[in-house]
Amino acid sequence: MVFTTKLLSGNEAIALGAYEAGVKVGTGYPGTPSTQILEVLTTFQDVYTEWSVNEKVAFEVALGASLAGVRALVTMKHVGLNVAADPLFTSVYTGVKGGLVIVVADDPDMHSSQNEQDSRHYARAAKIPMLEPADSEEARLFTRLAFELSEQYDTPVLLRSTTRLSHGKSIVKVEDLKRPILPQPGFTRNIAKYVMVPSNARKRHQAVEERLLRLSLAIPSLPFNLIEKQPSQVGIITSGVCYQYVKEVFPEAAVLKLGLVWPLSLEQIRDFCNHYENLFCIEELDGFFETELKAFGFKVKGKELLPVTGEYSPSIIKERLAGYFQTKPVDHRSRQTQASLSELKLPPRPPALCPGCPHRTIFKILAELGLVVAGDIGCYTLGVMPPFSAMDTCVEMGGSIGLAQGIELAEGPEGQSKAVAVIGDSTFAHSGITGLINAAYNKRTSVIIVLDNNTTAMTGMQPNPFSGQRINGESTTAIDYRLLGQAVGLQDENIRLVDAARPEEVLTNLKELLATKRLSLLVVKGPCMIWKRKQKK
Amino acid sequence: MGETDKIWNILMVGVGGQGIVLASDLLAQAALLSGFDAKKSEIHGMSQRGGSVFSHIRFGKKVYAPVIPEASCDILVSLELLETLRWTAYCHPQTKAIVLTEKILPASAKEYPSGIETEIKRIFADSLFIDPASLIPKIKDKPYLNVALCGLLANFLPLGPEAWQKALEECIPPNYYEENWRAFKEGRLLGCK
Repeated sequence: MVFTTKLLSGNEAIALGAYEAGVKVGTGYPGTPSTQILEVLTTFQDVYTEWSVNEKVAFEVALGASLAGVRALVTMKHVGLNVAADPLFTSVYTGVKGGLVIVVADDPDMHSSQNEQDSRHYARAAKIPMLEPADSEEARLFTRLAFELSEQYDTPVLLRSTTRLSHGKSIVKVEDLKRPILPQPGFTRNIAKYVMVPSNARKRHQAVEERLLRLSLAIPSLPFNLIEKQPSQVGIITSGVCYQYVKEVFPEAAVLKLGLVWPLSLEQIRDFCNHYENLFCIEELDGFFETELKAFGFKVKGKELLPVTGEYSPSIIKERLAGYFQTKPVDHRSRQTQASLSELKLPPRPPALCPGCPHRTIFKILAELGLVVAGDIGCYTLGVMPPFSAMDTCVEMGGSIGLAQGIELAEGPEGQSKAVAVIGDSTFAHSGITGLINAAYNKRTSVIIVLDNNTTAMTGMQPNPFSGQRINGESTTAIDYRLLGQAVGLQDENIRLVDAARPEEVLTNLKELLATKRLSLLVVKGPCMIWKRKQKK
Repeated sequence: MGETDKIWNILMVGVGGQGIVLASDLLAQAALLSGFDAKKSEIHGMSQRGGSVFSHIRFGKKVYAPVIPEASCDILVSLELLETLRWTAYCHPQTKAIVLTEKILPASAKEYPSGIETEIKRIFADSLFIDPASLIPKIKDKPYLNVALCGLLANFLPLGPEAWQKALEECIPPNYYEENWRAFKEGRLLGCK
């Protein structure tokens, strides 16, 4: 086959692999480090892509497409899988028709996240196979194979990435390819399989257990795991980018590299482990393999040597494991010393709201008014940083509106209108609107402030249901804040749209709304400066 | 380890918005076009909003980790003066430091700290300071400083001018190519004393 080599990020390679597999539908919600997968996929011909309103809906759209016979890809970050967890668990029961692959990108060290949960637990809990590539070329191949695995075993398949894979670049073979000719799509009624009422679901649960067992027995003959046996006392079980770190510092180590991280094959693991005296699981975040291997009865070490938190690095693996190897680890240094650390105290440079951001206005006002601010996920979370320090909570996408209601309830009548919610346009569409409905329905009185910058800025300028544009630039309807507010039951005078560039108006309107002691929607409009600059180009 | 097995470790650092991602893409692409295995790693998302940013670029016969092991950086390219000192854990005393003396005040500081250049000279035996004010008039505009520094960096790496030129063609939109190539060439001249 003719191919050229290219440097691609893990995300670009996943999109390429999906395209090569003949994917027809790609959905998702932007989230670092997963965002570029759909952005790249949308540049290919003959693939429908969309930014869905949130991960749950993205999952449902992809599942529907799969059940109607086309290959579908859905992408999200780790916390997005929490949002999509409901359809995830039951889609494992319905199975698929066209291959269904869910990409979930974890963020060890939380470069751009609110927690560092380990998505592998979802694979075990939902009883779904999970693949984890270790470089961009594997990302391409595994994505392609994931669609085949999905159809062969009649199950959705999870593909796990981490920040270093998604945003690292390595060499990929780009083949001169023809997309596969896949069966003609079409939905065929199959009530026993697709309608999960208890009587059907009980039978499907049996099928899920049988499928997982069948798959685990087939693992030694599948192409995902790699066994590198060596004349060594030390055997390492690892996956993903950690494999690269291990090879970097201990090229002579015997390694079982798990490309299929769930389910595991007892036979394969036993075959590997029986050769080595000292066994180590090298895995970022939780001791997932370690727990399983210990349950199988193997004596492995892992989290007693290496942390459960943060990212690993070649250096930390070398430092913690060197004592178990007879040969010295590889040292790429030309000298054996590290440069001395600076004696100067450097001022930290954390991320901050852009100097020209129109939404700096509201945080200045909130800081001056001394309100309790329930914040949300996006650029504007940076309102918590000095000089504003104008945020009191930030938990999850859309959470601000519910939290403000709870704070109001706990504080009683005296606390009325003391807590406000601050949320961005994309986050409001994602899962804030349900919170607004709850507030109206249950007679709460908070002021909900939507900071509308006309884009999903933090993840790199994706359009959303308020911006009147789809993923490919095509124009579409935009939600009307006023009509939305009226529909959920707000009084007309409690819905205000103001310009972020007019701070006095923002302040006056906010004060008036607080004084009404009724549930209010204050939409502060000011387009993102970076977005505006990009529009000009 | 023989010289042919050498893995080159280049760390590019600066502040979000200075063009670190493009500069590191150029370098990695030039390495690929020169026949090396190459990997790079950086961070997108929240940390990019005006915060400290970095990109690890590694190339050689066979590269495993996409990040540079500590104390292994061959050349540290810094687009902002004080950011140079934030990354010394990746460096050893012989690491070459190429430093653009651009000063961007961190939001956390009232005034820019003094003594940075002296400290850089103390830590790095081999440091090269480039004043943006002297470079800008030669290369039309500020946005190409990142590419100019790639030109300077090219003097110290086993990557041919054709590879760099092709990398520029592949990484830069056609209507900006000429200006960037000029910036690259001006940068390269800075290394020829």
